[in-house]
Amino acid sequence: MAPTTPQEPGLNAVPSYEEEQAQARFDALIDKDSRVEPRDWMPAPYRKTLTRQVSQHAHSEIIGMQPEANWITRAPSLKRKSILMAKVQDEAGHGLYLYSAAETLGTPRDELNEQLLTGRAKYSSIFNYPARSWADMGAIGWLVDGAAIANQVPLCRASYGPYGRAMVRICKEESFHQRQGFEILLSLSRGTEAQKKMAQDAVNRFYEPSLMMFGPPDDQSPNSKQSMAWNIKRFSNDELRQRFVGMIAEQVKVLGLTLPDPELRFDEEKKQWIHKDLNWDEFMAVIKGNGPVNAQRLERRREAHREGAWVREAAAAYAAKQAQSEVA
Amino acid sequence: MSQSNWPLWEVFVRSSRGLSHVHAGSLHAPDAEMAVRNARDLYTRRNEGVSLWVVKSSDIISSDPDEKDAFFESPQGKDYRHATYYKASEGVKHL
Repeated sequence: MAPTTPQEPGLNAVPSYEEEQAQARFDALIDKDSRVEPRDWMPAPYRKTLTRQVSQHAHSEIIGMQPEANWITRAPSLKRKSILMAKVQDEAGHGLYLYSAAETLGTPRDELNEQLLTGRAKYSSIFNYPARSWADMGAIGWLVDGAAIANQVPLCRASYGPYGRAMVRICKEESFHQRQGFEILLSLSRGTEAQKKMAQDAVNRFYEPSLMMFGPPDDQSPNSKQSMAWNIKRFSNDELRQRFVGMIAEQVKVLGLTLPDPELRFDEEKKQWIHKDLNWDEFMAVIKGNGPVNAQRLERRREAHREGAWVREAAAAYAAKQAQSEVA
Repeated sequence: MSQSNWPLWEVFVRSSRGLSHVHAGSLHAPDAEMAVRNARDLYTRRNEGVSLWVVKSSDIISSDPDEKDAFFESPQGKDYRHATYYKASEGVKHL
């Protein structure tokens, strides 16, 4: 008999009959493309992957409020101001839908929040780029929300029920975000020379980061395969990036602007879009916390959390007092 | 006191008169009144509802997912409870 080697606890144990049965039920659900619900048994790595993905997604929505919130006071008209406020409220709402979905996997809200505030959790690297001009509100809506939609539409069919349901709600609301961004750019593009230049500059800065939102190329994305096997992810990073770049290549013509990519073309033979090489070193650096405004974004989030403490305390104290007087 | 003391509430939305309340999602709130207000802000930003229910998640009693096969076994094999079971009447009008 081979000598026993120490392994991680729990991993070397022979699965019990019940575990085998539960695994078989889970596999059958995935096989027939059905949905897994919170109280179903699920393999620990599935739960962990989803908790990470859904909570990172929630954090991204919450941090994503900042670049646009910064522009509310400087929006060029009352109408634009109202639209921007509605959009920022939506991002907050999306964050909350997703936190609720993440919580059904067993991690409490406070812990998820703590992971963000302490900088242990990741969020989409795109929000670590500054929004320098009003045209950036347009580029963010058109390119960043556009890429998010391309990513999120297939997630509506994710195998985990609460995640899919949250995504359905989010996707319905995101389409307004993308259209309003497109309209901002269109107005600027049809405006003065300076306005058109501002629009083009914003598109130039957000083009590459938005393409990188789909994640590393397929051959460098080790977790994708498992996520696809679990029906969480439906298309690979490169497939989604292809789809997106094809859409914006057409849309940019309507805007009367250009994409900052001289190599961009559709290869008729390979039936795919060729775009310039993306700067993945920069992507990794931004993810690791070295983007232009990582520190600023996190500090703003911590500050908002601190400043809201008295509201949370007052609400809890009021609730406790009401509960007491009901008993009395 | 932190948010961890705030209970979880399930939110049900009636989208228009004549329809049932349908589960929309959940949220944390310190008390029932705040739960209803937060539910309005979170789940009805685009006229999605004309009425809201909130209920503490801990107050919901549900069937056991592990027993679902046995628990829902009784209607299985009882096709005769569906109109489609009755073939002889096919083609007869208004039936």
